Amino acid sequence: MYNPTVARLTYRALLGRRRALILFALPALLVLIAVAVRALTGVDDKVAADLLGGFALATMVPLIGVIAGTGAIGPEIDDGSIVYLLSKPVKRPTIIMTKLIVAIAVTMVFSAVPTLIAGFILNGNGQQIAIAYTVAALVASIAYSALFLLLGTVSRHAVVFGLVYALVWESLFGSLVEGAKTLSVQQWALALAEKISGEDTVSSAVSLPTAGILLAVVTVAATAYAGQKLRRLTLAGEE
Amino acid sequence: MSIIDIDHTSRWFGNVVAVNDVTMRIGPGVTGLLGPNGAGKSTLINMMGGFLAPSTGSVTLDGAPIWRNEQVYTKIGVVPERESMYDFLTGREFVVANAELHGLDERAAQRALATVEMEYAQDRKIATYSKGMRQRVKMASALVHDPSVLLLDEPFNGMDPRQRMQLMDLLRRMGDEGRTVLFSSHILEEVEQLASHIEVIVAGRHAASGDYRKIRRLMTDRPHRYLVRSSDDRALAAALIADPSTAGIEVDRAEGALRIQAVDFGRFTELLPQVARSHGIRLLTVSPSDESLESVFSYLVAA
Repeated sequence: MYNPTVARLTYRALLGRRRALILFALPALLVLIAVAVRALTGVDDKVAADLLGGFALATMVPLIGVIAGTGAIGPEIDDGSIVYLLSKPVKRPTIIMTKLIVAIAVTMVFSAVPTLIAGFILNGNGQQIAIAYTVAALVASIAYSALFLLLGTVSRHAVVFGLVYALVWESLFGSLVEGAKTLSVQQWALALAEKISGEDTVSSAVSLPTAGILLAVVTVAATAYAGQKLRRLTLAGEE
Repeated sequence: MSIIDIDHTSRWFGNVVAVNDVTMRIGPGVTGLLGPNGAGKSTLINMMGGFLAPSTGSVTLDGAPIWRNEQVYTKIGVVPERESMYDFLTGREFVVANAELHGLDERAAQRALATVEMEYAQDRKIATYSKGMRQRVKMASALVHDPSVLLLDEPFNGMDPRQRMQLMDLLRRMGDEGRTVLFSSHILEEVEQLASHIEVIVAGRHAASGDYRKIRRLMTDRPHRYLVRSSDDRALAAALIADPSTAGIEVDRAEGALRIQAVDFGRFTELLPQVARSHGIRLLTVSPSDESLESVFSYLVAA
């Protein structure tokens, strides 16, 4: 279910495009803010949790997920170069699984690692806050990658839809409409962070078992559907 | 030796029928798929390449269905029309990746690059390649696994004459080696120079099939229309109509010209200047009025 050549091409496509700059810029910004906050306010668990929850998990992880998830396949389908992968004796679900693994790895590296660094800078992992949000970022990376990879196979405007989901649904609706929180990757990941750090610092709208089930279902379903979508992908001529 | 069978195949997109009940068999040697733009050539090639499902009918390679069958790609090499490839790779990296996807190593890639004579530029980024170089690297990527079938969609588009000749030589060689080579084109001369066998597609329908001489005859034997202006239109008309190569002449007074319908193209083109000279008539304009490819093809459909 993993093809190293497909993986190599995907990595290079992801990290070689101009979009990849955001992959580096967002984590750098997070670490920069963490340094500034630490310098201005000193060690404060509440501030640390707010920054990691409000910026890292709510904004940075989904944005990086959008770039890595849609970027792992969308541009290739758009410009037709995916034909070089499809015209090979490689199973299409293998292509999707490989691209998912790459998207997850990239999202994890560019979101969870800086979250951990920022957490340690902010309060030295007091109350396990850094670890809690890092684990949340890792888990969210998996679900976001699967969701946005699927989006990349179904729509030419995957990035736009991905951004709308990440920013409007997760951030805006999630904070305004109570029900929307249940259907939010961020809240599922927070359920895990809450378990690690304790309810005082992190709170999730979803219980851990529910979150676990929803995460697994969404990830598996999105990947399976993306695999099917690629099997049925037709490359119509330009006529 | 591989054979592609297209059996009563149609493909439509919504209400638009792109390929309409086509049956053809493509065997070893070079076959040209000829038709005007928008005739359904790409749709047909996409079905033969397994990138498009037939709406009805079947497309098979040596008896095995092509659609949703990854294993056919051990036998098929595809050269797509679209330009985009992994531009951030070098030519060599790209061909090596294609070889690896077939379970082969760098040696296969090097062999393919040598076949298309692209070794000299293999370490440059594809983004810096000219159109002809891209086409050759695309060819190399399709040849890495030594396929018995090669499908090329409009391979000569945008190539200069020298590149065109090189690619023709290469394809001819592939055909002589017993491979089944199919390429599409909307230019008769191109197809005629290369393909021993021609399939003509017009408006989604299979219009003609056979060797190029037969197709050529079909195309040249059709009535040709000319618009002729001369110093004495009526005298010229009278002299021309006496010859069997001319089927009809109309004096177009509004245009101040003759509209001539010739049946024997070769004979008429020799006759016209001779008749004019022997009658002391000066020819001012001689222009074919329906030489567009569309009219040639639509005549074929009717034939």
